[in-house]
Amino acid sequence: MQEKVKGEPGSEFEYIGTRPLRPDGVDKVTGRAKFGADLAMAGQLVGKVLRSPHPHARIRGIDTSAAEKLAGVKAVITGADFKEQPSEFIPAGEMMINYKDVVRNVMAREKALYEGHAIAAVAATSAAIAKKALALIKVDYEVLPHVIDAAEAMKPGAPILHDDMYTAGVEPAPKTPSNVAKRIEFVLGDAAAGFKQADVIIERDFLTQPVHQGYIEPHACVASVSEDGQADVWVSTQGHWVVRAHCARLLGWDIGKVRVTAAEIGGGFGGKTVVYLEPLALALSKKARRPVKMVMTREEVFRASGPTSGAHVRVRIGARKDGRIVAAEAELKYQAGAFAGSPVQPGCMCAYAPYDIENVKVVGYDVVTNRPKVAAYRAPGGPISEFAVESVIDEIAGKLGIDPIELRLKNAAKEGTKAAYGPKFGPIGMVETLEAAKAHAHWRTPLGKNQGRGVASGFWFNIGGETSVSLALNEDGTLSLTAGTPDIGGLRASLCMMAAEELKVPLDKIRVQIGDTAQLGYNFLTGGSRSTFSSGMATVEAARDVIKEACKRAAKLWELPEDAVEFNNGSVRPAGPNAGKHTPMTLKEIAGIAGKTGGPIVGYARINAHGAAPSLATHICDVEVDPETGKATVIRYTAIQDAGRAIHPSYVEGQYQGGVAQGIGWALNEEYIYGADGKLQNPGFLDYRVPVASDLPMIDTVIVEVPNPRHPYGVRGVGETPIVPPMATVANAIANATGVRFTELPMSPPKVLKALDAARASGTAKM
Amino acid sequence: MAKHHVTATVNGDEVEFLCETHETLLDALRDQLGLTGTKEGCSTGDCGACSVTVDGRLVCSCLMLAVEAQGKSIGTIEGVAHGEELHPLQRKFLEHAALQCGICTPGILVAAKALLEKQPNPTETEVRYWLAGNLCRCTGYDKIIRAVMDAASEMRGA
Repeated sequence: MQEKVKGEPGSEFEYIGTRPLRPDGVDKVTGRAKFGADLAMAGQLVGKVLRSPHPHARIRGIDTSAAEKLAGVKAVITGADFKEQPSEFIPAGEMMINYKDVVRNVMAREKALYEGHAIAAVAATSAAIAKKALALIKVDYEVLPHVIDAAEAMKPGAPILHDDMYTAGVEPAPKTPSNVAKRIEFVLGDAAAGFKQADVIIERDFLTQPVHQGYIEPHACVASVSEDGQADVWVSTQGHWVVRAHCARLLGWDIGKVRVTAAEIGGGFGGKTVVYLEPLALALSKKARRPVKMVMTREEVFRASGPTSGAHVRVRIGARKDGRIVAAEAELKYQAGAFAGSPVQPGCMCAYAPYDIENVKVVGYDVVTNRPKVAAYRAPGGPISEFAVESVIDEIAGKLGIDPIELRLKNAAKEGTKAAYGPKFGPIGMVETLEAAKAHAHWRTPLGKNQGRGVASGFWFNIGGETSVSLALNEDGTLSLTAGTPDIGGLRASLCMMAAEELKVPLDKIRVQIGDTAQLGYNFLTGGSRSTFSSGMATVEAARDVIKEACKRAAKLWELPEDAVEFNNGSVRPAGPNAGKHTPMTLKEIAGIAGKTGGPIVGYARINAHGAAPSLATHICDVEVDPETGKATVIRYTAIQDAGRAIHPSYVEGQYQGGVAQGIGWALNEEYIYGADGKLQNPGFLDYRVPVASDLPMIDTVIVEVPNPRHPYGVRGVGETPIVPPMATVANAIANATGVRFTELPMSPPKVLKALDAARASGTAKM
Repeated sequence: MAKHHVTATVNGDEVEFLCETHETLLDALRDQLGLTGTKEGCSTGDCGACSVTVDGRLVCSCLMLAVEAQGKSIGTIEGVAHGEELHPLQRKFLEHAALQCGICTPGILVAAKALLEKQPNPTETEVRYWLAGNLCRCTGYDKIIRAVMDAASEMRGA
């Protein structure tokens, strides 16, 4: 753990880089914090959803009459309560959305496309009555053949999910519908020519399974629509402006009529960037004229909310004897779930992003299957392709007899490198994280019996986007900071610190809240590792706006031109030739005379935050593999990552550690298990086993700081990159321990044991 | 069927409520008594977000019927702090940044408190296994384990 304390000699900052207590902390350790399911309104009804028992079925009819007649039932809705939407893909952060699909995902129309697909919903005076009402809804299904695996779905003759889906991005345009929504390609140089220069070429096929974000708080909301059409929603979400936009669009209401308030959010990891219950609760509330509360069960979360893709990935890399990579190819087939829009595009873009390679060709396919529509999950798409690439790079290093960190250093992307996906990088920290890994004691510590060590790197873009912040200087000099990006893991602390740094006021004089959609201009959601970057940038701008206004007020009082007053170390004072002519005034004193000098002082920032910069990481992991059971246990882990600048290092470390834990789960345990009937067999935390405390060691972290020149404090996003390297890091460690290369996730004990037995039989096992 | 009348002690206060036969203690705490600090993450006893103590014993309140609380003494997150003073575990969780989203935090604090009452000087392994029934998806557990160990040390006066 790196320590930085206030007043540390040499530190240019008073607050940035220190570790104060988070402002929302006490509420969260006392049970006071209100999460999505914690709000109750007078007269509220309970909303429940009827879900398809079939993975693929035509809906010939829905009869809700018996449910509507049941005493206590106040409203019933089906897909018919939502208008058809035109087909168009629009950007939604790191993913694209198509309202034609969104309206069908929140409530099935002509077909049920996965087990768990919403078919109808009811609002009733109690949960028991609502459940009884669901049982009274008669759905006439024509069960259709289904397809679960992406490779199967691409084969000729596979059951087709959408009769109007023709593969985009291929020439000539296909004449028959397909489950492949699109083909994409990123090319740099000439891969075929590059491979001719290679001394060693390794090609491998990889398979990964869908994994769920696994936030502990299920989706939850309360909606209330008044008789005049004014609507309120309280919801656990990563972006309440986005919820507002989706709901208004799906319901055909004015955006301004809908106000959305973000509850405290119990984890999201990308999974709470889309809508499921919110439009249903609003539609039910409008019909029932009562508030409606809806909360998913854990089983519904697994069956009906988005995991990330499972994928088939083929990687081929060629290198010269000196370790220089001369050509690289990849083919990615990502399953999107029931509707187009897997994260295959970012998967393609990330695949070779950490490296400076002249000849690259990456091809991706977006494939629909009868599974829940995928949603963003922490660096969506990146962990899958980079798992495959980092595994092959490890193998190349082994084959050439070059240290895997050295091999990466020989090929590392740096400032000025042109990425295969287009841009030239600004300053990035790939080399710095590799050097830090090489220098870390972990890399040199001897291993014991049945143990192995792996290393892998990872890349994620990070984003900026639309952001608004307001900062009011109160009458007594305290400040009220209102931001619009939900705080999932310490945002309020870091915003408060940036405002305090600008204004030179103590942290406890600033109270920060997440405002609702009526309090600020548009804010894009908390995702893409953007909230500390974007809301931080906006907070700095709002603070500078307060300072500017404070100078203006003093200038007025002192009868000086505005530019003759400056803000210095917490005080407003005359500058230049007038220096010393008036007693400097603190912000508190300026606040006290605000009424007399022009009225309230409020700083605003309304920005589209540009200049987000990628964050790179290098991880080291030790595993111990039980030769009798095949169980791999992570016994030591070190995560090294470029933060640009860590505003609050504890929460940066927390992001690293949390991403590693999720990645270890993805590597070793987690997967969606489907039966031949197309039904999910493990929709609960007992059988979908996420890592628990006894599965993991302490997770060491090293924060590398290569400042982002486009942010006032050098911030890069840090939240997503940490989940990118773990799968390959663990796989490389298992390969090192066992002598067996694993190309399928999860590397669960039965799979490892089977491979170990085969390797022992052929004499290639190390244990 | 008529509802059941239950009297119990919650965080030292006598309470009474009416509940259905099938209602869980978790639902009664949240919906009848308004104590929403106890969270529901799964309703199957797998995540520990609903951890409470019943006569001092750690239980998942989603796995216990509300009627079974009759005459029992229930401890929830709302009763962990003493007046204005946070419990050492609560303080250490804040100091160590042992929470991110905070949804698992109430359950983990209740569980950790129950551990330290039984075993004031746990090893890291003991803490990890005791908390193995409390899922946290944000932190990777590192800072949680450190906070519990540090609180135990402080409470022992070490």
